[in-house]
Amino acid sequence: MGILEVKGVGKRFGGLQALGDVNLSVQENTVHAIIGPNGAGKSTLLNCLVGKLIPDTGSVMFDGQSVLGRSPHEINQMGISRVFQTPEIFTDLTVLENVMIPCFARRDGSFRMHALGAVSNERDMLEKAEKMLSDVNMLEKAHLHAGSLSRGDKRRLEMAMCLVQEPRLLLLDEPTAGMARADTNNTIDLLKEIKTKRDITMCIIEHDMHVVFSLADRITVLAQGTPLVEDTPQNIKGHPKVREAYLGEAHVD
Amino acid sequence: MFGLNKKDASLLLVVAVLTMFAPFILNPFPTDSGLAQFNAGYPDLMQRFVIFGIFAVGFNILFGLTGYLSFGHAAFLGVGSYSAVWMFKLLSMNVIPAIILSVIVSGLFALLIGFVSLRRSGIYFSILTLAFAQMSFNLAYSVLTPITNGETGLQLTLDDPRILGESVTADGSIPVTNLFGMEMRSAFNLEIGAWDFQFSVGYYLCAVIMLLTFYLAIRIFRSPFGLMLRAVKCNQNRMRYTGLNTRPYTLAAFVISGMYAGLAGGLMASMDPLAGAERMQWTASGEVVLMTILGGAGTLIGPVLGAGFIKYFENIFSKINDNVLHQWFSFMPDGIEDFVVFIIHPFIGKGWHLTLGILFMLVVIYLPGGLVEGGQRLMSLFKKDKADDDGSHAPTKHPAE
Repeated sequence: MGILEVKGVGKRFGGLQALGDVNLSVQENTVHAIIGPNGAGKSTLLNCLVGKLIPDTGSVMFDGQSVLGRSPHEINQMGISRVFQTPEIFTDLTVLENVMIPCFARRDGSFRMHALGAVSNERDMLEKAEKMLSDVNMLEKAHLHAGSLSRGDKRRLEMAMCLVQEPRLLLLDEPTAGMARADTNNTIDLLKEIKTKRDITMCIIEHDMHVVFSLADRITVLAQGTPLVEDTPQNIKGHPKVREAYLGEAHVD
Repeated sequence: MFGLNKKDASLLLVVAVLTMFAPFILNPFPTDSGLAQFNAGYPDLMQRFVIFGIFAVGFNILFGLTGYLSFGHAAFLGVGSYSAVWMFKLLSMNVIPAIILSVIVSGLFALLIGFVSLRRSGIYFSILTLAFAQMSFNLAYSVLTPITNGETGLQLTLDDPRILGESVTADGSIPVTNLFGMEMRSAFNLEIGAWDFQFSVGYYLCAVIMLLTFYLAIRIFRSPFGLMLRAVKCNQNRMRYTGLNTRPYTLAAFVISGMYAGLAGGLMASMDPLAGAERMQWTASGEVVLMTILGGAGTLIGPVLGAGFIKYFENIFSKINDNVLHQWFSFMPDGIEDFVVFIIHPFIGKGWHLTLGILFMLVVIYLPGGLVEGGQRLMSLFKKDKADDDGSHAPTKHPAE
């Protein structure tokens, strides 16, 4: 039984069957990658997991509980954090404040009228946020405005914001999309470090095969809304069905 | 001090000193000098400064922190005024119960309007709040006449029941609002040489309440709750995916700012016990938006500055008329004098709105952070001069990208 169990999930947008019959089981403390060509339904699947979309059929269970019908903040409070394709951070706030907000969210729940305490007196939260920032090598940027960071740093900050919540499942939507090679490698290193240092399950959606093969323990290949194969990276490499899905069928006449 | 850091404490202290000594500060010119008309140190106007200061500080908690632009905040001001006057009519002329009731009633009213309006954001939210306020305004004139007394406005009469007080005073007049016997309108005059300073009970009550609410606003700004409100303004999507429910945060901010507005309304009625529907009109809602933006939305002191600035203009600038101008320019040759007066005429007296409008446009275009940003730029200009003297350069702020 995996930490995340997706059974028979289907989603239709008008005439388009975005997801057919998706079954997926993500095991605890592994990195599970979902790959597939454009339009394969990877993002739709992810949106179904975090409560942005409600699938037409099937069930999504996280740690034995259904996530369907719950709003994004409730799903996050269950222990699922999400990294977006373009980093979603609080650009007007400082880097430190960005990391403190998830700390408060973890401690105080989805709403708390904490209007008379001072942020500067929250020693525990400050220390937690600073520790996290030093883990991702951003402590010296703690008092910069998040909006002024480079793209790589924004990504790093967003990861820190997710990790500081100590989620049980981290969902990453193309974490290296649009990054330069150096930034991509940095991100891979960061994720590898996270993987070894923390008890965390990760589910990555990715285009970049280099990223997938250097991180994943299991890979699911999605094409036209249905999973083609699920296997280890070694077996996925050179799998004829995968090649077919990405490059089209080879006709030898 | 009071759980504030050094910077905030000194800001509060400066505001406290300014409000406490306002009767001196706003009266710099001798009573019989030509410039006496620029004196703003009379109780009626000073009360308006601080009451609108409260209104704008509260509005800024919603608009400055969460970015939700309410165009109907005057409704809460009006509701606060009506509640206070009813308290004077039914209970007693003491202002404390009246102020408490006005805060509670406007808070409940804000809860209702906020609950509906906050389902939308951006322009739709503004329109919804505007619609609610206009609805309240029109209801006050029509259906709700038994409560609001329609066009005449709600006033005290000689046959009000007033359970904990007297309906009529010994000499047959309507009793006046007071704080445990101290009448709001009573004032102490201090004449020093050519100057005449007035210290009114009403003003000092308003000023003390304004300081309390300003202090509360600072605490809210610096609290985790305030941080969440700023996060709402910045990225609601990220908030949701961080496990935070944005709706109760925005609603709480809306209700708090509604209560500030109600308090302002209650104080207005306490100073002058009558309430009219025009207090709820959209122009009144627009005025507080103007004050906040002019002073600097999202800053602590900005709304207070904006409120003072606009009220000063409204009351002082509007009093300058052609006669005054002719006096000022009487040193010029006749033809030129008339010409200069002719040019300036549209900008003064009844035309003060034109001047204010131009100033507002200039501020929005050149100082998006309002008067506060203007002040900061001036400060940094001085600092830069100093830094250049040292041979060092101010660090330039560039995004790393």
